[in-house]
Amino acid sequence: MRDASLVAATAIASAIVVGMLLVILLDVVRSGASVISGTFLTAAPSGGMQAGGVGPAIFGTAALTILMTVAVVPVGVITAIWLSEYARPDSRLARAVRLAVANLAGVPSIVFGLFGLGFFVQTIGRGLDKAAYGGVATYGKPGLIWAALTLALLTMPVVIVATEEALRAVPRDLRDASLALGATKFQTTFQVVVPQAMGGILTSAILAVSRGAGEVAPILFTGAAYFLVELPTHLNDQFMNLGYHVYVLATQSPDVDKTRPQLYGTVLVLLVLTFLLNVVAVVIRIRTRKALASARA
Amino acid sequence: MATIEPSQRSPGGEPRAAVLTAAPSPKLEVRGLDVFYRGEKGGETHALQDVTVDVFPREVLALIGPSGCGKSTFLRVLNRMNDTIPGARVAGKVLLEGEDILAKDYDVVTLRRRVGMVFQRPQPFPKSIFDNVAYGLRAHGLADKREITRRVEQALGRAALWDEVKDRLDAAALGLSGGQAQRLCIARALAVEPEVLLLDEPTSAPDPIATAKLEELIAELKADLTIVIVTHSMQQAARVSQRTAFFYMGRLIEVGATKQMFTRPRETRTEDYITGRFG
Ligand SMILES: Nc1ncnc2c1ncn2[C@@H]1O[C@H](COP(=O)(O)OP(=O)(O)OP(=O)(O)O)[C@@H](O)[C@H]1O
Ligand SMILES: [Mg+2]
Repeated sequence: MRDASLVAATAIASAIVVGMLLVILLDVVRSGASVISGTFLTAAPSGGMQAGGVGPAIFGTAALTILMTVAVVPVGVITAIWLSEYARPDSRLARAVRLAVANLAGVPSIVFGLFGLGFFVQTIGRGLDKAAYGGVATYGKPGLIWAALTLALLTMPVVIVATEEALRAVPRDLRDASLALGATKFQTTFQVVVPQAMGGILTSAILAVSRGAGEVAPILFTGAAYFLVELPTHLNDQFMNLGYHVYVLATQSPDVDKTRPQLYGTVLVLLVLTFLLNVVAVVIRIRTRKALASARA
Repeated sequence: MATIEPSQRSPGGEPRAAVLTAAPSPKLEVRGLDVFYRGEKGGETHALQDVTVDVFPREVLALIGPSGCGKSTFLRVLNRMNDTIPGARVAGKVLLEGEDILAKDYDVVTLRRRVGMVFQRPQPFPKSIFDNVAYGLRAHGLADKREITRRVEQALGRAALWDEVKDRLDAAALGLSGGQAQRLCIARALAVEPEVLLLDEPTSAPDPIATAKLEELIAELKADLTIVIVTHSMQQAARVSQRTAFFYMGRLIEVGATKQMFTRPRETRTEDYITGRFG
């Protein structure tokens, strides 16, 4: 009897969640689909944001996400490998790193934005300018690279925690089998443990992408631009971003009602892009898994 | 505890002195070995107590005894695999050709290249069948592709797996059946040509043909290497080994010539175990 009510409660809860998701999706698709066109996907906004498209924002978002992934995955994975394979469980440094990771995960994203401005743009960037560009503001201003690094910092805990979990799930017996053959710890880690955990490591990258692609607050002061016709071509260029564009359309437009179709169109594009990035990551993950277990067929 | 060293046994009723002079120096000497594991509630499990035994070059020593008596533990000490168990503690001496392998600064990587091990549960690596067998060779720095291929094929052949996998060497090893995976692990260990081979129930998968082939292989291998094999099958111990050691509750109860162990064991506990098994 209790089982039945539990099942019913779970079913109702799931139905509510799925239902809300569907309502949001339907609403976005219904209001946004009509403006989607080749021009919308490629052109820059025009006519006081009431016409044109979101081309630069799509490009900027994709570039930002890719750069972020390139930055966060190696650093996060190496940190996780160190935590799980090399650090002694009682080591002070390991405990400090874990504490930092846990705290980092709880920091509001706007704080990351301010930190990115203060640290990357004003400290590292200006330092670079002084050292290499004779004080001319080259990197000491908001730009793609700083926004990507700020986002990388935001998504770092996700990568570290998920990767460490994947590594810990590798059975000790497998490590032993490698060590017993006279392989070193390093060989065991990188040739047996990491390949075995590859599915989980790629999942961590997926999670980072999902988390990072839609964030606006961390890039507000570190590189996102309100409006740009030119696409970014250098790491220190500013860029448009879909999430930020949604915010701009919703709050900064002279006539909110007239920009609404554009707004929904942009949201739809953002959803689809995030979804596609996820699909790519999932496909990579399935591929590696298949490559590992191809003989099962 | 009664341990019977070869100097004390007299196979075929030869005079003792003759055996003494004929006895080669041991490959492995285990002296007063104790192993402790960290228990669940802070205590310690005394998994091996005061074990003293020799293993001679080119012999097969079988380890028998009920589940949990410490056979795997004993085996793991011989190539320092207990190092990887947090909280495991080893006391006593283990000498490999006179060198103390339990010494703190002893190079375990080199040790494990000389003393290979096949675990109770097969653990194929997430790699192709070929790369599984080549793994140890490459880890030891062998880069010559033809030599690697030659040794991989030879090892797969000796482990009686070649015929089943020769057409799919590039397929993932995770797709092998349990028995095949077991033989793959044996091939993997053979490929690096160790001096001592530790086998923990290598034929636990019920496959009579593979078992027969493996026993043949053991007979062939002992021409140039030393083998210690854990087995639950008295018949297997009788077939493959020259000497047998009986463990019970962490103690080595008796070790002696296999024939003598199975016909007239010295200890009643050995007899009970053996006869209980034979029913
Ligand atoms: N990693 C470990 N941590 C704690 N205790 C352990 C560990 N490994 C083994 N033991 C304990 O040590 C004792 C000996 O175990 P061992 O695995 O050597 O037995 P075994 O003779 O190989 O048994 P089986 O025939 O079932 O494989 C057992 O009581 C076991 O519970
Ligand atoms: Mg065992």
